Amino acid sequence: MADLKAKNTRIVLKLSVLAVLMFAFCLWVMPPLYTLFCEITGLNGKTNSQPYTPVSADVDESRTVTVKFIAIKNTAMPWAFEPREYKLEVHPGQVIETAFLAHNPTDGYMAAQAVPSMAPKNATDYFHKTECFCFNQQVLAPGEAADLGLQFVVDQALPKGVNSITLSYTLFDITDSAQESIEAIRVGSPSPSDPVSVAFSGPTH
Amino acid sequence: MRLSYRTPIALFALVSSALLTAPALAGEWQLNMTEGVTALSQEVFSLHMLIFWICCVIGVVVFGAMFISMYLHRKSRGAVADNFHESTVLEIIWTIIPFAILIGMAIPATKTLVKIYDTDNPDVEVLVTGYQWKWKYEYPEEGVSFFSSLSTPKDEIYGDADKGPHYLLEVDEPLIIPAGKKVRFLVTAADVIHSWWVPDLAVKRDAIPGYINEAWTRVEEPGLYRGQCAELCGKDHGFMPIEVKVVSQEEFDEWIAERQARAAEIAEAAKQTLEFDELYAQGEQVYQQFCATCHQPEGQGAGIFPAIAGSPIATGPVADHLNRVINGGGAMPAFGEQLTPVQTAAVVTFQRNAFGNNMGDLVQPIDVVSFEQGQ
Amino acid sequence: MAHGPAKGLSRWLFTTNHKDIGTMYLWFSFLMFFVGGMFALVIRAELFQPGLQIVEPEFFNQMTTLHGLIMVFGAVMPAFVGLANWMIPMMVGAPDMALPRMNNWSFWILPFAFTALISTLFMEGGAPNFGWTFYAPLSTTYAPPSVTLFIFSVHIMGASSIMGAINIIATILNMRAPGMTLMKMPLFVWTWLITAYLLIAVMPVLAGVVTMMLMDIHFGTSFFNAAGGGDPVLFQHVFWFFGHPEVYIMILPAFGIVSAIIPTFARKPLFGYSSMVYATASIAFLSFIVWAHHMFTVGMPLASELIFMYATMLIAVPTGVKVFNWVTTMWKGSMTFETPMLFSIAFVILFTIGGFSGLMLAIAPADFQYHDTYFVVAHFHYVLVPGAIFSITAAVYYWLPKWSGRMYDETMGKVHFWIAFIGLNVTFFPMHFSGLAGMPRRIPDYNPLWADWNMISSVGAFLFGAAQVLFLYIVIRTIVSGRPATDQVWEGAEGLEWTVASPAPYHTFSTPPEVR
Repeated sequence: MADLKAKNTRIVLKLSVLAVLMFAFCLWVMPPLYTLFCEITGLNGKTNSQPYTPVSADVDESRTVTVKFIAIKNTAMPWAFEPREYKLEVHPGQVIETAFLAHNPTDGYMAAQAVPSMAPKNATDYFHKTECFCFNQQVLAPGEAADLGLQFVVDQALPKGVNSITLSYTLFDITDSAQESIEAIRVGSPSPSDPVSVAFSGPTH
Repeated sequence: MRLSYRTPIALFALVSSALLTAPALAGEWQLNMTEGVTALSQEVFSLHMLIFWICCVIGVVVFGAMFISMYLHRKSRGAVADNFHESTVLEIIWTIIPFAILIGMAIPATKTLVKIYDTDNPDVEVLVTGYQWKWKYEYPEEGVSFFSSLSTPKDEIYGDADKGPHYLLEVDEPLIIPAGKKVRFLVTAADVIHSWWVPDLAVKRDAIPGYINEAWTRVEEPGLYRGQCAELCGKDHGFMPIEVKVVSQEEFDEWIAERQARAAEIAEAAKQTLEFDELYAQGEQVYQQFCATCHQPEGQGAGIFPAIAGSPIATGPVADHLNRVINGGGAMPAFGEQLTPVQTAAVVTFQRNAFGNNMGDLVQPIDVVSFEQGQ
Repeated sequence: MAHGPAKGLSRWLFTTNHKDIGTMYLWFSFLMFFVGGMFALVIRAELFQPGLQIVEPEFFNQMTTLHGLIMVFGAVMPAFVGLANWMIPMMVGAPDMALPRMNNWSFWILPFAFTALISTLFMEGGAPNFGWTFYAPLSTTYAPPSVTLFIFSVHIMGASSIMGAINIIATILNMRAPGMTLMKMPLFVWTWLITAYLLIAVMPVLAGVVTMMLMDIHFGTSFFNAAGGGDPVLFQHVFWFFGHPEVYIMILPAFGIVSAIIPTFARKPLFGYSSMVYATASIAFLSFIVWAHHMFTVGMPLASELIFMYATMLIAVPTGVKVFNWVTTMWKGSMTFETPMLFSIAFVILFTIGGFSGLMLAIAPADFQYHDTYFVVAHFHYVLVPGAIFSITAAVYYWLPKWSGRMYDETMGKVHFWIAFIGLNVTFFPMHFSGLAGMPRRIPDYNPLWADWNMISSVGAFLFGAAQVLFLYIVIRTIVSGRPATDQVWEGAEGLEWTVASPAPYHTFSTPPEVR
């Protein structure tokens, strides 16, 4: 009887540990694993969230790829937001600069986060951003307009079948959760007419 | 009461004959999937029929054996139970045969899927954005964009009028695409997840906020094809249909040109000054079309949707009122992109003066434009 | 040791007896079955004809959500746990469950969970309205306030299931009578052992996914919020990583029940016992690698789409083995068709039809046309209603004489079967057609194109509902005034549970039985 009790306690412990491990797996392993998996396979079309350092400077003049830009606003996002050019013809390996135009028409400071997405998904690995406004939150003062810069290289190894790449940015209003950065800007910039862009300090600006 | 053993057999016969004759009867009581109007949709349809017939054959064999056994091996017929209960050969056979059948299904399925994924080199591109509860179509290359929402009147839904043939499958502004051209859809959403589905094109793609998904079609025959949102997206999920109008390339070009001209017109119209009565009347129309679903026709509100009558926003500062209509807030969607400045001015004027909100003020289109430009 | 139950309410509140707890689980799930059924009837009444007549879309969505949640977590799962409580100790020759006190807790937290869930109907903003799959961001950023209570009740249900599963595993592994080797266990015990492992593996994942929602809603994290670097598609991956094994949690014990009943009434041993065990294990394994077939339209890359399609198709192989084994068990038997057998045969046929539509849904290109239509609704109701509900009903008819010591009325049982069988097919078969004809699921109103099929479905649903009222009457009548049952009950029945008296004494196998 005592033996059985010990056996039962052991099995309860083992199974409880399994349950706790599965819970931990779900909460702390699955999300990063998913992100990693997406980065490797381009599963969700999300482009890298870190700047890329080019490895080779060779420009493949023999090939032209169309890169299209799409601006999407999440609902309740009052900013004006659009790409400077709808499409660009680029050679793989070429460093290209472009921008999205944003305007905050409201009478309050607002923060936004742009979320990138790409189609076709198998191009994601071959599209490298050396700089992007999507790496950081963007804060605009009331009535302020700004050019949000983007610098990228299309990889020379882009699969042959891909002739056109579409890059979209969806702009989300994150004013509520970004009060700190907004405060920092407000203090640091007495004149609301200066373009402000948090932590965007790439060489192009 | 004693039911005969024949009853299940008769019932099975009924069910299976219904299954087997399914495609033949299509039309009167539509039983089967649409063949659709594109090469790809027809391929999907034949794939569907192939699997269906394979399932039927397996069903006849398995259920047949079962019913023969139920007839022959009944105790009431004097059957004596055998005692066999194992056969490795049988087990191996009925593992391998289904496996082979599955491979036979996987090959055509893979081929079709590869075609569905080939979205490269389109002639026309359309950005489809799902909103609660309407679609926005944008032709980025041509610079044309518009919203497309349900046009079925309320009284048809609530049974106060006869339902038309396209009840709940009709919109105010259909998506228009040229015939014979490869059209690529970029599908996304601005709030929750939706799914853009047109059965005749065999296109269904989830619209996910923050992401773009791709799909494509090439429709040879001009015509009108209808679909619906296919992912639960809240209250009016069942009320955001899709209409795709396929027209000749010439008509398409004309339509695009007309659209571009209309955009200029709207900008022009925003400069005019309107009388109160004019604004109020148009505002009432806009209210019933866009606002009454949630805030109710008499402005009394319902549940989480606040009343317009006596609302602190409709009776507060004009700027706040404009802000709420244009930019939304909370459960209220933003209408800035969907309404023209004239419509916005009209509906704000209406709300401030209707339902006993006698504010006595009036908002001009130019006020809306100024507000949108942040002045 | 041999004393009877305590008197009055405290018998039920503080009981640690597996039979009492099994009884409470079964009655609780019966109650939830009626509550979930009422919600289904509200849905069917609204869909009886096009137009909005009875409820508003907002409330309709609450009904679809609660119907799904209550049927899955309140009716099917507790019913199987109740059967496990009653039967597993008796089948393996154990005096009780391994952990009787935990058994009491795992039952008694359930009523709280479901009271909380159902009470959301009366909250401001209404009950959860985002579907039983609660996809973010509809269930996070756009959810009614009641979502917090919903998350809380899911946590309790999860805890209850995990405790129940631990108890079952401990009982099966530690409490078997001498001589009862693993490969001698009845298949019901085997399928429950595998199910219990599935529960422990995936219920924490469900708890995890609702915890992430909770944190997104109240603590500013961004697991599923694209704006903060999260991803709404991650929600679907995590949910279905739980959700697909969950589907098998609701069907594997049913396989066990049917594998007990068919040999009894065919008077012939189960064909291919060991292949049944291996097939169950491989289905359980496959359930972990097919989840994304619920998400073919979210826009995965071609390669993932293909891998999930192939893996899903593979499930047909072990499932086919099971069906072939049941048919071969019947072959050359000496069959009689009492009510449990009728429900089991209907299970095999209708579950197979559900399997066929499942195979069709596995074909990704065709799934683009089926996904989120009534074809899917038809598919999973064909799998779950004949699968789970019919097998539970069969189990109740089969074991009720052992539990209560009284025999049910065979004629009434057969009438119940035929009404339920006809009602089920009239309800769910037309849904294949309306789905193929293009009707999306979860809509409160629809084009008249699908009106005929919907009207038939609604009539069938009320018929099916009536059949269940008759079922309740039969069960109560049997307990109150059925004629006494023999100990053996069924001529062809084999197993330890038939060696004890009818009704089964409060304590059975206090001394382990002899197993040859």
